[in-house]
Amino acid sequence: MTDLPGPLAEIRDDFLSFTEKERLQLLLEFSNELPALPDRYAEHPELLERVEECQSPVYLFVDVVDDEVQVHATAPAEAPTTRGFASILVQGITGLPADVVLSIPDDFPLQLGLTAAVSPLRLRGMSGMLWRIKRQVSAKAAV
Amino acid sequence: MTVAFDPAEKFQQYAHPERLVSTAWLEAHLGTAGLVVVECDEDVLLYETGHIPGAVKLDWHTELNDPVMRDYIDGEQFARLMSAKGIARDSTVVIYGDKSNWWAAYALWVLTLFGHHDVRLLDGGRDRWIADERPLTTEAAQHAATDYPVVERDDAAVRAFKDDVLSHFGRPLIDVRSPEEYSGERTHMPAYPEEGALRGGHVPTAASVPWSRAVNDDGTFRSADELATVYRDEAGLGDADDVITYCRIGERSSHTWFALTHLLGIPRVRNYDGSWTEWGSAVRVPIAVGTEPGTAPGR
Repeated sequence: MTDLPGPLAEIRDDFLSFTEKERLQLLLEFSNELPALPDRYAEHPELLERVEECQSPVYLFVDVVDDEVQVHATAPAEAPTTRGFASILVQGITGLPADVVLSIPDDFPLQLGLTAAVSPLRLRGMSGMLWRIKRQVSAKAAV
Repeated sequence: MTVAFDPAEKFQQYAHPERLVSTAWLEAHLGTAGLVVVECDEDVLLYETGHIPGAVKLDWHTELNDPVMRDYIDGEQFARLMSAKGIARDSTVVIYGDKSNWWAAYALWVLTLFGHHDVRLLDGGRDRWIADERPLTTEAAQHAATDYPVVERDDAAVRAFKDDVLSHFGRPLIDVRSPEEYSGERTHMPAYPEEGALRGGHVPTAASVPWSRAVNDDGTFRSADELATVYRDEAGLGDADDVITYCRIGERSSHTWFALTHLLGIPRVRNYDGSWTEWGSAVRVPIAVGTEPGTAPGR
């Protein structure tokens, strides 16, 4: 398997240590743990980027401060799967240096052992989130 | 045993009023012997966040499809599945779900392939139940296993395959996708990710009647008169017609199939579950692009 940054590798290993059914439970826990948006974004939705690949309305914003990446995301409670994916990326990526984020393998969503339990369409939504996060990081880290 | 029907006045105007129940009826009948409530959602985690008390979860993605053959499960697998859900052959099954009941209607249609007699939809689905502030629980329901008989799946009555569609030109085909998918501007729903069709467009001669024309803003079905205006008057469907519906993977067209079959009472309606993901990628099948139905291909 491709090298993953520490926090994402830990998340992946957690998922893979469980049965398929338990993996969904873990995804639900991530979904419940998605941090609320900081006030400055909650009050300015126009700053957020819509993840078009997701069927549910998911928005995210990436900050790069002193080369450290921070990811913020929001998704509705009626879309727990999508929220779970956003939460994994928010928790797994925030705090990493920009170049490390850019090196995250694009197939990370497929490494979580969820391809049988969750439809490919959903996993593609997570790939869309990751791709957009990386694109924002490369734009903001270059400035 | 069959649980009494919902006598709500709205439903009495439909051809088969026994196929719908209201949220009020369902809340009043929770726990009735012989009734099994089933939640079937697009989002596979939604049930776990809270569901109707006593409802069991049915996963359209992992439980209704055969893992090897691209097809539905067979009679033995279906009997095991129903038994595990606590559904007996004579149970009254009420299905509800997210997204205006798309997957609930899909599950109801699959149960129909196995001839399950009494299966109904909750009008308005999960969203309506929540909007009505009716009870939810996160406690997973446990029902005793049943002795569900092995019944062979019968695809003939309500399921159409690609070859059926190819020989259907000249008879009504209803495309229930969004106008953008119909015209070929896109191969997937607005705001949905790309889902695997190589070309955009529609089956030649198919009429565009988006699924949403069957529902009110709150996801409940429109009245019998309103449905007749949309499907009988505007789309020109009649009781003598042999109708095939399709969408992208067969879930939205199950919803329209339900409205045509059970609410309007059109006797011969089949759902083409291969739908655009198959048709838009298949070799040697014709397509039409743009907003016009197009003409049947010459042979």
